[in-house]
Amino acid sequence: MKPPRFDYHAPESLEEALDLLADSGPDARILAGGQSLVPVLNFRLARPGVLIDINRVTGIAGIGDAGDRLTIGAMTRQREIEVSETVARAAPLLHEATGHVAHLPIRSRGTIGGSMANADPAAEDPAVAAALEATMVCRSRRGERRIAAAGFFVDVLTTALEPDEMLVAVEIPKIPAGAGAAFAEISRRDGDFALAGVAAQIALANGRVSDARISACGLGPAPVRFREAEEILLDGACEPAAIAAAAASVAAACDPHGDVHASAAYRRQLAEAMTRRALASARERAGGSA
Amino acid sequence: MSDTRSVTVTVNGERRTGEAEPRLLLSDFLRETLGLTGTHVGCEHGICGACTVHVDGEAVRSCLMFAVQAEGAEIATVEGLADGETLHRLQQLFSKHRALQCGFCTPGMLMTALDLVRHRPDMTEAEIRSGMAAVLCRCTGYEGIVHAVAEYASGGEA
Repeated sequence: MKPPRFDYHAPESLEEALDLLADSGPDARILAGGQSLVPVLNFRLARPGVLIDINRVTGIAGIGDAGDRLTIGAMTRQREIEVSETVARAAPLLHEATGHVAHLPIRSRGTIGGSMANADPAAEDPAVAAALEATMVCRSRRGERRIAAAGFFVDVLTTALEPDEMLVAVEIPKIPAGAGAAFAEISRRDGDFALAGVAAQIALANGRVSDARISACGLGPAPVRFREAEEILLDGACEPAAIAAAAASVAAACDPHGDVHASAAYRRQLAEAMTRRALASARERAGGSA
Repeated sequence: MSDTRSVTVTVNGERRTGEAEPRLLLSDFLRETLGLTGTHVGCEHGICGACTVHVDGEAVRSCLMFAVQAEGAEIATVEGLADGETLHRLQQLFSKHRALQCGFCTPGMLMTALDLVRHRPDMTEAEIRSGMAAVLCRCTGYEGIVHAVAEYASGGEA
């Protein structure tokens, strides 16, 4: 189908974009990469009166090194993140997860900010943000607001962004020395939406787990850290028995829904399997023996 | 009546201008406004990949972009691949390996494969299969497509 009519604006400065957003009210939608929004418009599942296209806004794209974290502009394309050596080195979890985002032609346009703000439960970027405790840098005409990932993702397709706020950057803490990360995902075909995906990052100190992060996509309305599973791993050697116990904990704690692609029970099985795979790889990459 | 804008793009090396409502998809602009019907439109929601073209050197779904967003861009479509009567080497390999039957998906297959090979020249066969899953073919079973892309990536002659 074809999209319904809308008023189209393509501001070139952030100030102009924020003014448009504030003045347009709740009938406005921001157009970032468009890889989720345009299909919804084509199907006429959404009929926003105003589209604010931020593809020509300067200063909100690019990957910056800010000491203990990477600052990634909201309009940074997933393809740029995929090939960035800085991201591969400092945020390997994001690097690996990005390779699972749809297909190359989608990543050419899709943005990290769009994925976060869209908050699709099956999307990879929000799961990475939850695991790594990313900070969402949001702007409105009223000023800047920094929102922790834990408070940003509220529900299915729902974030803490106010109607006049725009996500302008995502701050991703760098992986600590001695840590390993892995992202494991199952989909019907490569590039399809995840039936289940698990993000894991494990830090080892003297062979013991000093920090553990586990989150998931496709396994609940919004990405969360699985604290109980992380607790099981802390101070242990992340040996196969601990990994199995953590995986069982994730499977019990997650909240998957059933649909035409997979039943909730099957997704729960996948949660366990993906957690085992992700943790085993993360441990190996952290320098522990498998 | 409706709000239309002038959009100028460079398509296959040629500067072209057309009028577009903001809601006009790039795929429809190419086909209906500029008359370049080589780009096919299947699902119109970014799943089938038939409409894949290159924008500023990268493969994108032309059904998931508005024409007005392409203002000033360099676009490559399937019409630009052959040099006169001489098919592009990838097109020759598609022919050699019987990588098409009805041909509907072929423009998207070609434009996707060219970008994939440039993006990752050292793909394994499994990676080619994964990458080419970006475009749906309901005829060939993909074997010929995978063989054609693999031979193209390896630099072999058609």
